[in-house]
Amino acid sequence: MNASTVIGPAAAGEPTGTDVLRLEDLHVSYRTAGGAVPAVRGVSLALPAGGRLGLAGESGCGKSTLASAVLRLLPRSAEVGGRILLEGEDVREMGWGRLRAVRWARASIVFQGAMHSLNPVRRVGDQIAEPILLHEKVGRAEADRRVARLLDQVGLVAARAGAYPHELSGGQRQRVVIAMALACSPRLIVADEPTTALDVMIQAQILRLIGELVAEHGISLLMISHDLAVLAENCDRLAVMYAGRIAEEGPADQVFAAARHPYGRALAGAFPRIGDPASRHGPRGLPGDPPDPAHLPAGCAFAPRCPIAADACREAEPPLIAAGEQRLAACIRMDAWQEAK
Amino acid sequence: MTESGTGTEPGTESESESESRTGERVEPRVVVTDEGSSSEQRIAQQRRADSVSGRPPVLSVRDLRVTFRSRHGRGQALAVDGVDLDIAPGEIVALVGESGCGKSTLARALTGLVKPTSGRVLHDGTPVSYKPRALKAYRRGVQLILQDPTGALNPRRTVYEAVAEGLRIHGKSALGSFPDERSKVADALSRAGLRPPERFFALHPHQLSGGQRQRVVIAGALVLDPEVLVADEPVASLDASVRGEILRLLLDLRAAAGLSALVVTHDLGLAWNIADRVAVMYLGRVVETGTVEEVLTDPQHPYTRALLSVVAESGREPVILSGETPDSAAIPSGCRFHPRCPLLASGEAERLGIAERCRTVDPAPLSAEGRHAACHAVVAPTTSTNTAE
Repeated sequence: MNASTVIGPAAAGEPTGTDVLRLEDLHVSYRTAGGAVPAVRGVSLALPAGGRLGLAGESGCGKSTLASAVLRLLPRSAEVGGRILLEGEDVREMGWGRLRAVRWARASIVFQGAMHSLNPVRRVGDQIAEPILLHEKVGRAEADRRVARLLDQVGLVAARAGAYPHELSGGQRQRVVIAMALACSPRLIVADEPTTALDVMIQAQILRLIGELVAEHGISLLMISHDLAVLAENCDRLAVMYAGRIAEEGPADQVFAAARHPYGRALAGAFPRIGDPASRHGPRGLPGDPPDPAHLPAGCAFAPRCPIAADACREAEPPLIAAGEQRLAACIRMDAWQEAK
Repeated sequence: MTESGTGTEPGTESESESESRTGERVEPRVVVTDEGSSSEQRIAQQRRADSVSGRPPVLSVRDLRVTFRSRHGRGQALAVDGVDLDIAPGEIVALVGESGCGKSTLARALTGLVKPTSGRVLHDGTPVSYKPRALKAYRRGVQLILQDPTGALNPRRTVYEAVAEGLRIHGKSALGSFPDERSKVADALSRAGLRPPERFFALHPHQLSGGQRQRVVIAGALVLDPEVLVADEPVASLDASVRGEILRLLLDLRAAAGLSALVVTHDLGLAWNIADRVAVMYLGRVVETGTVEEVLTDPQHPYTRALLSVVAESGREPVILSGETPDSAAIPSGCRFHPRCPLLASGEAERLGIAERCRTVDPAPLSAEGRHAACHAVVAPTTSTNTAE
């Protein structure tokens, strides 16, 4: 979509004019009884207007913490460092009034599990109308007209405004949540596992809907998922997180088809292509488990599970370096590995 | 490429390090066998030879129906509505479909947890008896593995107790040639890839990773030396990078012990990864069946085609069905798929002259053997020629 714009690491001091969202060296850690546990450890990302960025990773990699940090939705126990720039304005420096104005109107978030995002004892139409009434000087009648239009946009009949969440199916509830996210015409939508609990056919419906709506309204999309294949199909660029850091970033199709980081490669291999003889009777995964954020190994966090790790990998954390055109990877062995193959 | 991973072999340095560092979290000692697809092909050939030589399926169902009282108190929900299915010795069958299609109910009927409303479940060709004692013996041979290992394990009981529970229920005969419970539990844990087993005995579920927990659940099934594993979404709650190793374990168990398996899943990629045959369910019926190669690379039923087309990065033009799977208490007349069928919507069925039959004639339930699709547009059941391999 925005092939000409590089969504690369945001080097400090660069102009931020075109980026809707820009993270600069973001750190988030949670205070616990056992000390601070790092969840996000120095992530820089930029998302231009109209861009679609996918953030992939497994449980505990920090991707959902990152999503919540964008709109300052983290619990009190979280400590945040670095900058979070929403259209150039640092979210961390906003007062409460400003933050309230920004949420929904400039950026909104679609969480996994629509049931938890909706109030079970209020009609869905009222819930969609709420941000409109809060943020814009419109009357009830106008808000109701807007709700009807939004429901239509997400493929629900206007009469559904009178329904309670439990009267809707999982797919319909997720449509309602998307309608809420769109209500105040935001510039950015953060979608955290928007289709994870849904059936494949409903997932396809919802992904198509999100794709059409962001394209139509020129909304930037940050989509977060464990499913690399889904992100590859629905995003322009893809970043793969592991243990709180970006392991790899680049054009979505390239990262999925030919990852340069061994973790990216392994994650892509976990989603077999049907018809590919190599994966027939050949499930692929990685030995071991993702690391516990409270007990990260020394050096590269991926080294204990890495098929190509060398001694140097266990000494220092690898920096995110150029790995081809518009591509970055945090692996000091990627060239040696590519040659060996 | 995963085979050479560090820390997978017992007693490697990285492993003892991680243990001392975290104190309680134990890295898995996954034993990776280096069997490639060639041995899988050999097994598949052997399995076909078995079926040709007439060895009866280890498990089969005939015209199985399971009905529940509808949620609103009126009428009946037909969760399973006339299904034939065979699982041959050493065969892995994938049962795929969306939620509400009846696949989990069918799995429960196969493991004796749900009594069929009508139809039969056959074990080695003999109908399963639902008398308590006979049913207990049957359940020992057909073990169910559920999706969420955290829910399946009691958080207050150790790994040893979790695995030994089945042995205690089934008594001394379940020990087989093993001298005592302890050695039998150790054997099951190591077959499930948790080695050395003694290190896991005293651990509680919260000290294990998700993948390790699922291995404990699998060990709890293996300890009873089952003939068949019925696994309901065995990897759906696990991280993507961990799934492959659990699926590999199912293939290894088949190779080592000739274990058969029915794997219930919504994930067609999983079927491609490990299954020999696949049955696609829609609203209580199997609508297409055949070998994995036949069904997944050359789907005949419009529902199977649509499912395959929406797999991300499939390279197919997505056919996104509108609406949702209807309630099993209100199964549409005629072909149960007709209200959502792209062939009808596009007018293709009209051109083929079958539109009226689609709306009024229910395609007959499919036979368990060979290659079939329950669709009026598929002229005759495409007889299996096994050309896909």
